[in-house]
Amino acid sequence: MNLLHIYLSFAKVGLFTFGGGYAMLPLIESDIIQKRGWLTMAEFTDMVAIAEVTPGPIAVNSATFVGYKLAGIIGGIVATLGVITPSIVIVLALAALVRKYERTATLSRIKVGMRPAVAGLIAAAAISVAKVSMAEPRSYAVAAAAAVMVFVGKIDPILVLAVCGILGALIFS
Amino acid sequence: MDSRQVSGMTCCEKETDNGDGGSKSASLWDMFWTFFRIGAFTIGGGYVMVPLIQKDVVDRKGWVTKDEFIDALAIAQTAPGPIAVNTSVYVGYALRGFAGAAASVAGCIIPSIIIILMIASVFDRISSLDVVQAIFSGIRPAVAVLIASAAIKLGKPVIRSAGELAIAAAAAIMVSLLHISPALVVVIAALAGLLTGIGGDSR
Repeated sequence: MNLLHIYLSFAKVGLFTFGGGYAMLPLIESDIIQKRGWLTMAEFTDMVAIAEVTPGPIAVNSATFVGYKLAGIIGGIVATLGVITPSIVIVLALAALVRKYERTATLSRIKVGMRPAVAGLIAAAAISVAKVSMAEPRSYAVAAAAAVMVFVGKIDPILVLAVCGILGALIFS
Repeated sequence: MDSRQVSGMTCCEKETDNGDGGSKSASLWDMFWTFFRIGAFTIGGGYVMVPLIQKDVVDRKGWVTKDEFIDALAIAQTAPGPIAVNTSVYVGYALRGFAGAAASVAGCIIPSIIIILMIASVFDRISSLDVVQAIFSGIRPAVAVLIASAAIKLGKPVIRSAGELAIAAAAAIMVSLLHISPALVVVIAALAGLLTGIGGDSR
């Protein structure tokens, strides 16, 4: 296993992941663990936990972590570059297309359909996060506090996360 | 829109490209730093980053309009790869072309790389600490609220009719109950818009 293999494996994971970081976890599992045997299942579980509890996109975090386990710091960087390469190429191509056809009637009709769907997709993401994160009264209380900060106080999201982290340290321990 | 050079030339499409969309000027460093800050502080992945990106890029800096941001998200969710990376590439490209895309995406991923590399070595020791667990128990519900607020904020300007509300609801149901891929949902919604012309005469 060399750096090129790491790069290509993660480029493949990036290319076939639709719908954000969580969607890539099963791909990493089947490709990196089962097919290549680069990680044990226990290491994979660690990786998921790390990716979830550290800042940044899950996919990037996972790639950096696995790459680091495989080949040190260089491995982490190479895996990360691999996982974002397909994104960059495809998004740039789509962005160029959208800007080229910006003023056409067809594209504006397409956009009118897509925009509400995007709002719906984000709502769905909120629901799925709520499902796993709100399991008991204390987490409802934190969610309520966060809602007041966000909707009433209009407080910066980063500050909301920090405050809720401290709140968590106080009421959950 | 672009009134810098009206003299002489008749409508030349190329000339108007630079000034469109209401995007304000952004320096590469500013773009890098904005995405770096977001990348460094958002725990929980791409969808968590969406409200923060929106707050900075749309509300605070005014680099892109809400509509443009929604287009960016539609593309970010249709294309493969991490949502946050895709969004940063699109926004960066819209603002400053390829250099802008490079600056934004670098800002988006560098905090992750640094933090993960630092944590990977000590992870086993800190993850089992009760305090760490407790902190994350507090952060997770807040994450759900932040994402919901992003959905509401982004939904408001684009959901103006019953048809559009139906599309939004259908998209949410398809993904959260039927577990259909978001990419497929975006494509279906695009087709629905194209075929039904739901928005009528709107832009």
